[in-house]
This record gives sequence, structure tokens and C-alpha cells, in this order.
Amino acid sequence: MKRTPPDRLLLAHGSGGRLTQELVSSTFLPSLDNPILATLSDSAVLPELPPGRAALTTDGFVVDPPIFPGGDLGHLSVCGTVNDLAVAGARPLWLTWALILEEGVDGELLAACAAGAARAAANAGVAIVAGDTKVVPKGKGDRIYAVTAGLGIIPPGREIADQRIEDGDVIIASGPLGDHGATIMAARHGLEVGDLISDCAPVNSLVETLFAAGIDVHSMHDPTRGGVLTVCNEAAERSGKRIVLDETAIPVRQQVRAVCDVLGLEVLGLACEGRVLAWVPGAQAEAALSALRRDPAGRDAAIFGTVEAMDPGGVPVVLKTEIGSTRPLDMLSGSDLPRIC
Amino acid sequence: MSDAPELRDPRAIAGLIREIGSLAAAVGRPVTFMEVCGTHTHAVAAAGLRRMLPDGVRLISGPGCPVCVTPVEYLDRALALAELDSTTVCTFGDLMRVPSSLSSLERAHAEGRPIEIVYSPRDAISLARTNSAQRVVFLAVGFETTAPTIAAALAEAEDDGIDNLLILPGNKVMPPPMRALVEDRELKVDGFLLPGHVSVLTGWECFRFLAEDYHVPGAVVGFAPADVMRGVADLLRQVRDGRAEISNLYGRVVSARGNAVAARMVERFFEPVATGWRGFGEIPDSGLGLRDRYAHRDAGRIEVALPDPHEPAGCACGDVLRGVIDPPQCALFGTVCQPTNPVGACMVSSEGTCAAWFRHDRLTGVAS
Repeated sequence: MKRTPPDRLLLAHGSGGRLTQELVSSTFLPSLDNPILATLSDSAVLPELPPGRAALTTDGFVVDPPIFPGGDLGHLSVCGTVNDLAVAGARPLWLTWALILEEGVDGELLAACAAGAARAAANAGVAIVAGDTKVVPKGKGDRIYAVTAGLGIIPPGREIADQRIEDGDVIIASGPLGDHGATIMAARHGLEVGDLISDCAPVNSLVETLFAAGIDVHSMHDPTRGGVLTVCNEAAERSGKRIVLDETAIPVRQQVRAVCDVLGLEVLGLACEGRVLAWVPGAQAEAALSALRRDPAGRDAAIFGTVEAMDPGGVPVVLKTEIGSTRPLDMLSGSDLPRIC
Repeated sequence: MSDAPELRDPRAIAGLIREIGSLAAAVGRPVTFMEVCGTHTHAVAAAGLRRMLPDGVRLISGPGCPVCVTPVEYLDRALALAELDSTTVCTFGDLMRVPSSLSSLERAHAEGRPIEIVYSPRDAISLARTNSAQRVVFLAVGFETTAPTIAAALAEAEDDGIDNLLILPGNKVMPPPMRALVEDRELKVDGFLLPGHVSVLTGWECFRFLAEDYHVPGAVVGFAPADVMRGVADLLRQVRDGRAEISNLYGRVVSARGNAVAARMVERFFEPVATGWRGFGEIPDSGLGLRDRYAHRDAGRIEVALPDPHEPAGCACGDVLRGVIDPPQCALFGTVCQPTNPVGACMVSSEGTCAAWFRHDRLTGVAS
């Protein structure tokens, strides 16, 4: 059977016939191989689940450009799915991975995304157990889209929910915010940003260090699309509490601020793909911080917000600005359009 | 971008606030200062500066957001151009959501019209190069700051024979509407925070008429919190002393005469023309029109069918831009008109007074 990926994707690669088989065996199986996937049956048949509640998530990935500093669409799709499970308190186990490809797409791009997905899966300790490919006519899609599902198990005794957020909780970011969003915007607009790369990475082992340290984590989120703005506004709404962020404590790299200044974007609206925001009791703030910092992926973790009781009719998310004033923080409205000057 | 840290130092700001407090007390009556630059609007709101000023010192936003002052007729014309065969319209992102008489660029884009967002006029040139069968129309809006880059793009198109790049001229210059503002009897402004970026290009001297002809003080300031606060203190000092001068507090980048190279570049292609401003109507010599010898690049001279211009009912953008009312005094503000559903242009751009007010200055219940 043919073992090199095709130069260019043809519509026939999605036909379900011999070319589809060749695509799977030349491009996907070599990097993603595992005993469940290898059966290539209609359904992945899973072993008996460990004790606990099952968590199930699904996500679609359409990033442009599909290969960016620090990752690619394949890597991103696995990290994003793993992270959605991890911040629910689940241990991610199995993923499905479906690609929608545009006719004519470069085989090397496909191979790179398959390798990226495999790398992320290995890092996260998960297996991609089922997959699918479809090819749409040229012009009907943008190179490559991925759609995933992920299954994980929440061990007995864990309860992660915004409704558990309490007055006096602190909010910890596991690392600098906005690296992914700034990297993508800079790549899209040809901005030189030095060594800035996407933060795209699985966060499940970092999350486990919090539980291992005995932290009573109330809630967690991965601030992807919409960034910290969306996560904090949603958490405030669901918990009925006010969230107060301290501008001087928010971990943001200088290059990320520069990209935002040049393109007129809101730093806190940028996506992260390898960070966790965790709400933990104030009494455990230092313990949680040092647990995260012991892991290389969490060495720049920082406490950047607190939770207060909410007055009726009050503003749910407030920023204490660096000069000592305050202002409300809303979610982004529509896409964050670049400013003119 | 990377302003000196002392311009953001809370202790320095606290010192300036105390100084402003005692100056305001010495003035002994309420004063209103206006900034006329979208980036100032944004900077003031993002740092929460307005909340830190004493009660008697009011800071309002004038016509400084280029999108907000672009009249509905301009958008109607842009949309009509996007309906023509073999024509692609490209625009800065801010304009996409501004309501036209019947639609918006965003809506027309969703309906399949060829409208592209670009970040610079150079992107429009690339588009014109790679699509030689298409007429590429760049929506040229903005103030003195964007005009030189548009002129540079036109120069490149002329030199390289890129005949399919056109612009729809909509650029504006700042001094004429400021003259209109100080002549407006309804408006009570005690001084202006003058636009830092514009002044880099024009030099600060072009604002001397404010002090000399109208006895209104001005201060050219930068965009860090301390820059703005020093400007407010300077204006208060002038009011207290009964002086009217133009202070250049942004001397690290602003000179008296500005950037002569950029001015020559703009002059090569553009000449002053009367143009419409939302909220002000037509103001003589306030726009930049293409010179006749570049008529072949002027999409404004293409015959198109236009609808009767229609401003959204109840929208008080005009009064907001003239500083006659604050956004919450508009009946639509925050109810019908929100960033997710902008009725007027001032709610669209993050530089718009209404959007900045909505995002940053709604104070109800903010813990101090």
C-alpha cells in the first residue's frame, strides 16, 4: 500500500474508495496509530470506563493560517478538546478527529497537521480512536477544518462549576495571556514579533497538579475564543458574583501588548490555547500558585483577580486600572475590529 | 507604544490629580475640556481617567473618531460601488458595521458583495496587483494621520502603472471642524486637548487660531495617562490665569511645523474641498479631494445610483460629536443602540464616544 502522502488533495480522496484508503494509510495512520484506531471499524469500541462521571465535548477548528509559530491546526484541535475536558475536572481519555479538506490542498499541510495532532495526543496521554475525512470542491472551504469530540472521566469527588465560585476566591492564570491570539493576528498581518509563539498546549497535567496538591478548585476555564473577557463575564453571570481584575497583576508579554497596540485589539479579548484560569479559595491561593509554578508549564502562573459579593444592578466584571481607577469589562461585541489610528 | 513607565505610575498620577484638584478649586467654576482624537477617547476610557477628575472638571469627546464623522452619503456611495461589475471595495475594518441609509458594508458582504477588510492602503495595492481584471476601490477615510499612507499608495500605483487602484476620497482634516466648534454658540468648551498623532504630521502651530482668534486655550498631549492629566492641568492653569495659548506637551514627537515630507506627499494628490461631517453638515476646506489630474483614480466621480440619505431615527450622534450632550442623554443609548447593534456611527468603532462610554464608563455599581 502507498505510504507517502499525496501532493495535492483530489475530490476522489474523499470518495470513500481506494484513494480515501490510501490517504488514511499514508497520512493519518503512521502518526496517529493506536490499537483502537487500527481496527478501522465503523465505531471505536472502548474498554470499560474507569469510575466517575463521563465528560463529553465537541469542537470545530478553522484557524487561519493553519500552520503558525508554535503549532498547527491539528495540534490546536487536540489541545483545544483535551483542555475543554480538563477544565471540567475530567481526565481526558479518547478523542475523535474529523477533517473537512478543500480540494487541491497541499499534502504536506495535511501531514503536518496529522503530526501535530499526534504530538499533542502523546503529550496529553490521549488516543485518537476514530476519524473521518471529507473533501469539498475548491472554493467551498478554506484548506482544512477539523471537528473533534472528546471523552474523559471526572474522578469521584471532583465538582468544578461556576456556581461554586465564592466571595474571597482568587483567580489564577497558569501563564501569560493572549500569546495564541497575538501570534495568529501577527502572522495574519505579517507583523514581526520576535520569539512570540502560540501557547497552544494540553493543560490536563497542569490541572492534575492542582488536585494532587489538595486544592479545592471551585471552577476552571480555558480562555479560548473571546479570551478572559468572555470567561470572566460568563463566570460572573453564572455565579452571581463580581469579578475584580487587577490590571497590574495580569500576566501579559510585552510583544502581545505591542501587537494589540498596533492592531487596536483588546489584550483580554485574545484567545489562549494552553492556559487555565482557576478559581480557588483565598486561603489556598499560595498553595495553588506554588503547585502550578512547580510545573514548567505553570512557572509564570499569577493571581490576577478576586471575587466579591455583587450589588444588585452592579457591573459584573471590573478592572482596577494600573493608575488606580476602575472600569467595567464587557465581552467583545462582534469581532474585535481593527482601529484606524 | 512603550511609553516611559513614569507616564503610567499611579503615584505620579495621584500627584497630578491633587494638582488638578487645587487648580480646579482656584478656577472656582465648572470647566469643560474637549479632546478631538479617537485614540484619546479610547485612552481616557481604558485607564478610567474620567472617574479620577474632580466634579467640576468635565472631559468630553469631540469629532475625533474618523468612522463616526463619516456621513451616511459616503457609505451609500461605497455600497453602490460594491454593486458594480468587476469592482472590489476594500476598507478599514471599523467602517464595516456603520449603518448606511439602507444597509451596511458588513451586511452587503454577507450578501456576497466583494468587500474586503484591509489594514493598510498597501493591502489594497496588493489586491489590485493580483486582481488586474478587477477595479479595486479603497475607502480612503481618516484624518491627517492616514492621508500620507494613502498618498504613498497612490504614488506607488502611479509609478508602477497599477491602473485598477482607485480611492473613494473621504479623508478629513482637523482644524476646520474645530473652528466650527468654537464658533458654535451651543457649545461651551473652555479648552482643547489637541490630537497628538495628528500634530506629529501637521505640527502644533496649525492650532494657534484657537488661542489667537477665539481666546480658547489648547494643549497638544500624548496618550499615556500622565500625558492626558498634564494636559488637563495645563488647561486649568491657563483658565485660572485668563490666558489662551497652545502648549505643546508632546514635544517628544510633535514639532511646530510637522512632517514636511508627508505634507508634500499629500499635496501631490489631494487638495482641500468642502466635505460633510456627521453632526456638523458640510464644512469648507475640511476634506481632502483628489486633484483633477488624478481623476482616473477617483471612484467618487463614477456615476452610481444613490438612495436618499437616511439617518437612523432618534440617533443623536451629531449632538454627541459636537459635545452638546453626553451619550447617556441620547434616548437610544444602551437600549436600542449597543455595540452589538449600533444604530449610530459613534457606537461602531471602539474609538467612538458612545462605544467607549458603553464599554468603559458605565459606572453603576463599580466598586471604588
